[in-house]
Amino acid sequence: MQKVVENTKKAFLTGNEAAAWAALAAGAEIMFGYPITPQNEIMHYWTRLAPKYGRNFLQTEDEISAGFTVCGAVQAGKKAFTATAGPGNTLMQEPFSMAEAMRLPLVAIIQQRGGPSSGTVIYSQQEVTLTTFGGNGEGHRIVYSTSSHQEIYDYIIKAFNTAWKYRFPTFVLGDGYQAKMREPLEMYDPEERGIELVKTFPLVGLEGKIGEEREPQHLCNIYSMEEELYEVVMKFAAEYEAISPEVVEYEEKECEDAEILILAHGVVSRAADDAVKALRAQGIKAGYFRPITLRPFPGKQLREAIAKSGAKKMLIAESAYGQFDRLVKQEIYGETIQINNLFMPGVGIIDTDIISKVKSIID
Amino acid sequence: MALPATPKSWYLPTKPHKFCPGCGHGIVLKALGEAIDELEIQDKIVFGCDIGCSLLSWNFFACDSTQTHHGRTTPVMVGIKRARPELIAVGYMGDGGGYSIGSQHLLNAAVRNEKITVILVNNTNYGMTGGQMAPTTLPGQKTETTPYGRDPEITGYPTKGPEFVAALTSDTAYVARGTVSKYKQLKRYIKNALRNQMEGNGFSFVEVLSTCPTNWRTNAQQTWSFLEDEMEKYFPVGEFKNPFGKGEK
Repeated sequence: MQKVVENTKKAFLTGNEAAAWAALAAGAEIMFGYPITPQNEIMHYWTRLAPKYGRNFLQTEDEISAGFTVCGAVQAGKKAFTATAGPGNTLMQEPFSMAEAMRLPLVAIIQQRGGPSSGTVIYSQQEVTLTTFGGNGEGHRIVYSTSSHQEIYDYIIKAFNTAWKYRFPTFVLGDGYQAKMREPLEMYDPEERGIELVKTFPLVGLEGKIGEEREPQHLCNIYSMEEELYEVVMKFAAEYEAISPEVVEYEEKECEDAEILILAHGVVSRAADDAVKALRAQGIKAGYFRPITLRPFPGKQLREAIAKSGAKKMLIAESAYGQFDRLVKQEIYGETIQINNLFMPGVGIIDTDIISKVKSIID
Repeated sequence: MALPATPKSWYLPTKPHKFCPGCGHGIVLKALGEAIDELEIQDKIVFGCDIGCSLLSWNFFACDSTQTHHGRTTPVMVGIKRARPELIAVGYMGDGGGYSIGSQHLLNAAVRNEKITVILVNNTNYGMTGGQMAPTTLPGQKTETTPYGRDPEITGYPTKGPEFVAALTSDTAYVARGTVSKYKQLKRYIKNALRNQMEGNGFSFVEVLSTCPTNWRTNAQQTWSFLEDEMEKYFPVGEFKNPFGKGEK
């Protein structure tokens, strides 16, 4: 496959453009997409770049079809992906659920917009519940929540590897701000950085004569008996639990002596990081904890951060009305730390929002 | 050459199959099996089945097969074919999956001239879920959701699938309606639909009129009579588009 980025280079791009380059660099072979703001430019850049590198694109009739065509393409053994947002994410829960049930290495980039319904086309963190636990399944998915364009690039490359290595559908959860704003990043060829690209393999359309050299493949997602389904789901659950420690990622700063821990994910964690610095400069001992994987969640690491800091208070900040908060609470059930919230559904959060909230809590 | 009674491409460990006695699915799948054998494409086929009675075909063939969601077989087959054009993608679905919940996929795959083959079984009702009205339920026909008979004033007239697919597609598409009551013709149509994909021409679609004695609550004679006298009258059998030559009507 033709190299996409020959030498590491600095670039100044929108997040959507970075996403298209990352998918190319990761060796994605085909994108299926349907227009929805704010992810459109991922398609726009992909459709311009893909033919130059022998990659393909299909604009489908809707998001349901985009998700299911990805399911088909990965069954056929090709690195395929889609990108969506908001109501499109809602529609894609059906194919995402099939990918969960059949352990398909589907990759989707989600650029969150405001909700419910068509909400806004701008920004939110309101697709956390949908992306982590949407569909009629058990949330056996891997979800990376990025906070910068560099991370969009890094984690899209990683998402293809994670999906094909573990065969759980994998999501890169961004948002409208990350999608549309420009910022510098370093683009590189993953293999030159020592990142080995996981090889793909087909689930149908295998080589060899059926009956002589191999058995036919029969893939199913519906079962006749309750016990059959039970065994499948329990096996998936056990495998998901087993791989979780090696998949989990998080970032932690200044937690050792913190009196208050500030929790945020995605782009809001940048405000949290700034807030911690400002609060420390003012003599307030604040700490920062950010899950990078929302599924699986770094719950053990968060409990350790609480324990070592001895913090009595926590602030959870998010651009949604408690979706991230619920994930955190279920992970630290039994802890006695006081939990405070800064919920700003569908609007951005900046450092001063967090600083004033922290001050109101500790006073 | 005399053909074996059981197609080579059938997967014997799953036989006898699980369709109801008198159901037409077995006949359609036999025609498909023989067509696969005669075209020698058992190793190149990817067979995809929908949800509904068609789901029972998920391990019917000794061919690579995948099961999808209700109505979503068409996009899964499109994804497979777009990813690996050398494979022969065959979607198998019922009238509910193709004409109702998945109609947007069928319509747009036809318009895009996707190089896949879709075989749609029309038995005028939702069989697996217990005999509800389908887009193909005939006027006056009793189902669980039209217990007093389908009233076109309330629910419209039955969907004529090959007619709408033919209207949407280019001349390189293959479109036909067969029936389980005319086996040789049905097999010819299915073979044409596979050949059309193999030659890279375009979208290939065969609707098959079929029987459902369980939900029709009919005996053998009544079943056959409903198929030949009622259904074939409303749904004309024949080739609507045939890139290989003049379509037969």
